[in-house]
Amino acid sequence: MYGNDVIDPNDPLNAAETPAYDEARQHEDRRDEVGGGFDALIAADQRIEPRDAMPDKYRQTLIRQIAQHAHSEIIGMQPEGNWITRAPSLRRKAILTAKVQDEAGHGLYLYSAAETLGIDRAELLDRLHNGTQKYSSIFNYPTLTWADCGAIGWLVDGAAIMNQVPLCRCSYGPYARAMVRICKEESFHQRQGFEILWVLSRGTEAQREMAQDAANRWWWPALMMFGPPDSGEAASQGHTAQSMAWGIKRFSNDDLRQKFVDMTVPQAQKLGLTLPDPDLRWNEERGHWDFGPIDWDEFWRVLRGDGPCNAERISQRRRAHEEGAWVREAANAYAAKHVRSQESAA
Amino acid sequence: MTAGSAPSPEAGSAAYVLAVADDAMVYAQRLGEWLTNAPQIEEDMALANVSLDLLGQARALYARVGELDGSGRGEDDYAMFRDERQWRNVHLVEQERGDFAREMARMLWFASYQHELYAAQLASSDPVVAGVAGKAAKEVRYHLDHARHWVLRLGDGTDESHRRMQAALEWAAPYVDELFDDHAAAVTAVEAGLVARLPSELREAAQGRVEAVVSEATLTMPDPPTWRSRGGRDGIHSRPMGYLLAELQHISRSHPGATW
Repeated sequence: MYGNDVIDPNDPLNAAETPAYDEARQHEDRRDEVGGGFDALIAADQRIEPRDAMPDKYRQTLIRQIAQHAHSEIIGMQPEGNWITRAPSLRRKAILTAKVQDEAGHGLYLYSAAETLGIDRAELLDRLHNGTQKYSSIFNYPTLTWADCGAIGWLVDGAAIMNQVPLCRCSYGPYARAMVRICKEESFHQRQGFEILWVLSRGTEAQREMAQDAANRWWWPALMMFGPPDSGEAASQGHTAQSMAWGIKRFSNDDLRQKFVDMTVPQAQKLGLTLPDPDLRWNEERGHWDFGPIDWDEFWRVLRGDGPCNAERISQRRRAHEEGAWVREAANAYAAKHVRSQESAA
Repeated sequence: MTAGSAPSPEAGSAAYVLAVADDAMVYAQRLGEWLTNAPQIEEDMALANVSLDLLGQARALYARVGELDGSGRGEDDYAMFRDERQWRNVHLVEQERGDFAREMARMLWFASYQHELYAAQLASSDPVVAGVAGKAAKEVRYHLDHARHWVLRLGDGTDESHRRMQAALEWAAPYVDELFDDHAAAVTAVEAGLVARLPSELREAAQGRVEAVVSEATLTMPDPPTWRSRGGRDGIHSRPMGYLLAELQHISRSHPGATW
C-alpha cells in the first residue's frame, strides 16, 4: 500500500463527522426564562415539545416532512435490500443486512416522532401507499450492480447526512433528537459505502468498471436530493421561507448542495473515480467547486412518478403490507383476547 | 486421504461442523429474503436479527472447518464456491419462503433443534465449537421466544391465522425427522467429544418444546406425514437449493479471485 492510497481515518468523510454535527446537537435549554409561548420559543431558538401550543400549519408542515422522511427510510430499504441475498461475501452480507435493518429502525423512530404530533403510523402508511405522501425520489432509481450499494452509501447517504445534520437543530424537539441518533448511524453507513467503492476501485478491471458505472449513475440524482434550486426558472414555490422562519430548515437547498459537492469531489479523487460532469472545476475565487447544470426536467419527471422504479417501489411496499394484514389482525385479536381474559381473572 | 482409509478424526470433525454451519448459513439466506417483505416494520427488524445471528454462527464455524479439514479455506470459499452436492444442510432450511405462518413454523422447529444442539456443544472438546455454542445458545433462546410468541398469536388469533398456522405446521412436518437423524459425521463427532449427544437424543426435548407451544396456541400436532425429507447431510438436496445457491453465489463466481 502506497502512502497516497491511505485514507486518513480521522478525516471527516461526511457532515456528521464535522464540527457542524457536534454544534448542531448541542442544545441549551432556556425555556424557564423564555416562557412557553410558541413565538417566544422560536425567537429564542428553543425547542417546541409535543404538549406545547403550536400553529396548525407548523404541525402540518412537520407531519408532512417527518412522514416523508420516515417513508424514505422504509422505501429506501428496497434498493439495497435487493442485494442482501446476492452480496458477494459473507462479511458484506452481514454489513448490508445490518444497514437495511437500521433503515427500518430509522423509519420507526421517525414514525414515532410524527405520532407525537397527533397522527398514527397506520394513517401515515396509508398515505404512503395511496400516494398522497411522498418519499425521497432518489429511491426511484434502480440498483443494477453490487457497486450501487457502495454508491448509495457514499453519495446518497452522504447527501442525506448533509441535509440532516442541520435538522439536529430543528425547532421540533422529538424530530431534532431523532436526527441526532440517525445522523450518527447514517455516518457509519456512508463510511461503509465509501469502503465498498474503495475496495472495488482497487480491484479487478471489472470491479473498477462497476464502481465507475455506479458513480456515473448516482452522482446527478444525489445532487437532486437537495431539492430544486433557490432561484431561477426551476425554483419551486416550496416551503423554504416559512420553514426557515420556524427553525425547521436552516440552510437553503443550494447552500447544502454546494457543501456536499465540496466535500465529495476530493473523495472521488481519492477513490480514483471520475464524476460525470465536464464542468466540475475548483473555483479559487469562490473557494468552492463549480459544477454543471442539473437536469431539473428529469427531477420533476421522476418526482411526478415517471422514474424507473416508482411503480415497483410502491407496489412492493403495498404487497408486503397487504400480505401481512392477516398477521397484524391476528396479533390484535390475540392481544384483545388476552386483555379480556386478564380483566375477567382480576 | 488414500482410497478406503478411514477419515482422520479432524476430517470427521470438519464434516460435522460443516453440517452445523450449513444449516445456519442456508437459513440465514432464506430469512434475509424477508427484509422489505415482512408484515410490519418491527418484523423486518426481528427477522433480520435472526438472520444476522445465524450468519454469524456460520461464519465462525466455517473458519473452524477450514482449520479442521486442513485446507485453510475461509468462510467465502465454503459459502460461495461449493456446488449443491457439497452442501450438508437439512431440507427444512432450504425450502422457499412461504407465508409468515410457515416461517414461524420453520423457526419454531429449527430454533428448538438448535437450542438442544448448542446446549450439547457447550462442553465440546473443540474450543471453537464450544465458544460458538456459548454465544449461539443465547441467540437461539431469543429466536425460540420470537417464534413461540408468533405461533401463539397466530394460533389463537383470528380464524384465518389459526387455519394458516395449522397448515404451516402440516407443511413443516415432513422436514422434521431429518433434523434428528444420526448421520455419520454426527456419530463420529460424539465419539470425538465434539458434541455430547447424537441428533436423535435431542429430539425429545426439542419436540416437547414445540408441542407445548402448539397446545398453548390451540393448535394440534400434525399426524405423522406420509413422506419425509432425506439426504441433506449427504449433499442430496431438494429443488429450491440450486436456485438458492445460484442467487447466493453468482456475483462471487462471476469474479473469481476478486476481493470485496
